[in-house]
Amino acid sequence: MTSWFVFIIVGHGLVAIALALMGLKRRVAVLLAAAPLGAMFLWAITATVTGNVLDGGALVAYLEWLPALGVSLSLRIDALSLIFLSLIAGVGLAIVAFSGGYMKKADPPGRFLALLLLFAAAMSGLVAVDNVFGLFVFWELTTVTSFLLIGYDDRKGSARAAAFQAMLTTGLGGLALLAGLVLLSHAAGTTSVAGIIAASPTGGVVTAALGLVLVGVFTKSAQFPFHFWLPGAMAAPTPVSAYLHSATMVKAGIFLLIRLAPGFAGDPIWVPLVVSVGLVTMVIGAWRALRQTDLKLLLAHGTVSQLGLMTALAGIGSPAVLHAAVAMVVAHALFKSALFLTMGTVDSAAGTRDLRLLSGLGRRLPVAAIAGGLAAASMAGIAPLFGFVAKEAAFAALIEDDRWTAMGVIAVASIATVGYALRFWWGAFGAKPLVLESTSGEEGSTRPTAGLVIPPLVLAAIGLVFGAAPGGVDRLVSAAAPGGKLVLWPGWNLALALSGLVLAAGLLVHVQREFVSRFQRSAARWAHERVGMPSTERGYESAVSGLNRFADRVTGIVQNGSLPIYLAIILSVTVGVPAGAWAISGGGWQGSPWAFSAAEAVLAVFVAVAAIAVTRSQSRLAAVLLLGAVGYAVAGLFVVYGAPDLALTLLLVETITVAIFAFVLMRLPRRFEVRKWRIRGWVRGTVALGVGVFVAAGTLIAAAQRTARPVSEQYADLAPGAGGTNVVNVILTDFRALDTLGEITVVGIAALGVAALVAGLRSPTGGRT
Amino acid sequence: MKIRSSHFLETGSRTIVPTLLVVSVFLLVVGHNAPGGGFVGGLLAGSGLLVVFLTGGGRAVEDLLPVRPATLIGSGIALAMTTALGGLAFGGSLLSSGKLDIDLGWVGKLEVGSALIFDSGVYLVVTGLVATVLLRLGDTEGARR
Repeated sequence: MTSWFVFIIVGHGLVAIALALMGLKRRVAVLLAAAPLGAMFLWAITATVTGNVLDGGALVAYLEWLPALGVSLSLRIDALSLIFLSLIAGVGLAIVAFSGGYMKKADPPGRFLALLLLFAAAMSGLVAVDNVFGLFVFWELTTVTSFLLIGYDDRKGSARAAAFQAMLTTGLGGLALLAGLVLLSHAAGTTSVAGIIAASPTGGVVTAALGLVLVGVFTKSAQFPFHFWLPGAMAAPTPVSAYLHSATMVKAGIFLLIRLAPGFAGDPIWVPLVVSVGLVTMVIGAWRALRQTDLKLLLAHGTVSQLGLMTALAGIGSPAVLHAAVAMVVAHALFKSALFLTMGTVDSAAGTRDLRLLSGLGRRLPVAAIAGGLAAASMAGIAPLFGFVAKEAAFAALIEDDRWTAMGVIAVASIATVGYALRFWWGAFGAKPLVLESTSGEEGSTRPTAGLVIPPLVLAAIGLVFGAAPGGVDRLVSAAAPGGKLVLWPGWNLALALSGLVLAAGLLVHVQREFVSRFQRSAARWAHERVGMPSTERGYESAVSGLNRFADRVTGIVQNGSLPIYLAIILSVTVGVPAGAWAISGGGWQGSPWAFSAAEAVLAVFVAVAAIAVTRSQSRLAAVLLLGAVGYAVAGLFVVYGAPDLALTLLLVETITVAIFAFVLMRLPRRFEVRKWRIRGWVRGTVALGVGVFVAAGTLIAAAQRTARPVSEQYADLAPGAGGTNVVNVILTDFRALDTLGEITVVGIAALGVAALVAGLRSPTGGRT
Repeated sequence: MKIRSSHFLETGSRTIVPTLLVVSVFLLVVGHNAPGGGFVGGLLAGSGLLVVFLTGGGRAVEDLLPVRPATLIGSGIALAMTTALGGLAFGGSLLSSGKLDIDLGWVGKLEVGSALIFDSGVYLVVTGLVATVLLRLGDTEGARR
């Protein structure tokens, strides 16, 4: 069963490659992209029905990666994973179908769909993998692919900036997450996520580790104070927003919270931090959503708010509340993706998504209006939609647990949720007496194609089905987080009364919208002028620009453009650090015995004379030739020591180097320029002598310090077994072949670098030094 | 363009260059058992290219090479990488070696080990590197004359 999962994930990648490379027709591309998502969806359903997942079991597979480091790609797919997998694949299918009709005609769909599939694969891996390092890898893969998706419209500066902001924020959080996961796995003694939760270690280190993990979670799920990237990411094409901000990306953080809550909700940092951050985010998001006039931004801030709700629920972490949180994840994925897609339909039909300019679209887009209405009602928590069922479960669980503070804040924010849900539907479809009825945009009066209206309708209808008959979904949700029951009709109780109160208040907020918006404006002015409320987005901007300035200044000091100074710094550090360590350790001397043959002595003198002559040379060409002579003499030393391979190689390298040097010199003045050196002669001499003494002494000392048998002795014995008698070559092509592979790759990159650099030098000013 | 041609060099190159190239392949093939190998072989082929460059200029080097230098480098890395992965495909670990004996009758026996194929990749990369540097840095347009 799990091997099929791996095949499907690989299939995502293969189809993505095919989509990116082949210029397929729109319809074919959409069908092809739907294939792996459909397969994943069917797989998730099959796995749910056939296995023991519904009884709390899990599908487990062990995939090795770097066993020595405890890094694996082991899979552990339980009910929670399956819920996410079906959301990723199911909502993904709707998004792919929608984008076929939504993306512009001139835009070949291949690249977009390929990125979408890669993102879906990364996200599916994230919820299925059991190893902490595997989790981190997939986590960062979603960051990178979402960067590409948000910045898909790469000719728009705002899209690039938004993508960069999202990647920087979530990427930084990802690093914190890695550090936290490493600490956690160390404390628990296992790298398996399930193992860590089962062990649920405690202590100061664990608290610190959780703090780091939570930074990762908060950045990913756009929680305060990192919430600013999500509204910014609205520069993305609408299908991307619909996917990233409903079922995937931002849900990765919520997923990890729900995953970890059973093991770590008892930690002193968990409940206060997660619940307060979640509640603050929920209130801020709801407040801002009510103020928006751009439908997409309204949904974005609404998403921030809903994520805050889910974070707070996962933070409380008791079984019943966690059960409600999982239900909320499903509900939110369904209604938010439907809302985003409906908004896309409105946008492409009317050419604007400003609710002050839209009027009377309900009559022209009846199907979209129904889909949007169902989804908005689900978001507001109106029966019999699934949003209502999930919210009832949350209210009931909070009341049962006596979480009255959280209950109060959530109830107040839910009033705003009802308010902005109504505002969305009224803004998109309502008839406004003072606004001209929206005429169609440039697309003409053609009705939107089926591809634009069916996907959101299906998503919204699923919300209706789940709400009307929550029993089936509840089996899976309860398997993921046992502790509650989802029912449509809970009977007359406090939670239901509270829901009714919230709905009524929300309706009032919408009816009195003029008053509310005046109040919000004056409150914003008051916060801005009197309190000087800092904006987190401003904070992000000044942090980024401050970092850039700092880097500029450091570069200015370290990279001043003088080659002699670079060399002097590099060489001084190379010598200074080990020599300093040697001096601190007592400065002992235990060198090898000092012996040499006549041939060596002759060659040594030759090398020394040539080297000194290089420094005295007035002509560049002479200096290069003398350097070559030094190299030839060293090759002679290799011959004396019986290393023909090395000697041969060095001779050829020296020959070619001299020739290449000569080519370079043709671009330079023939003689060394007589100018004031930035470094005085005696300083250069000292550095040079220092390096020479250091290398010679270092070699002598190092050779005397050997305590183990050298590896090379075995090599000579093993070489014939590897099918060769030339030990040097067998080492290169067999024993250390991986090194060679790396080296030739570096050589290849260096060649490309030379090609690019020299091409860059060929500027109108001619050869520069 | 030519740097400065001399009749001596030009006449000599006609025998030197083929010799260098043949010997470079020889070094590559015998490398597993005698001094030589892909790296040395590649460098020797590179010095053959150097002689060609000195007598005929960049154009002559381009004419001599069947493909562009970048293609040499890329195919070399690909060849080495394929050999490395081949170990996996035949059930061994990454980079495990194997060999094939081919009987060539009176010529003798040729052992084609995976090491030789790997080394051929190295040979191609090094040759490509020298060719790239020659064509780029040796291109004396804009140089002082």
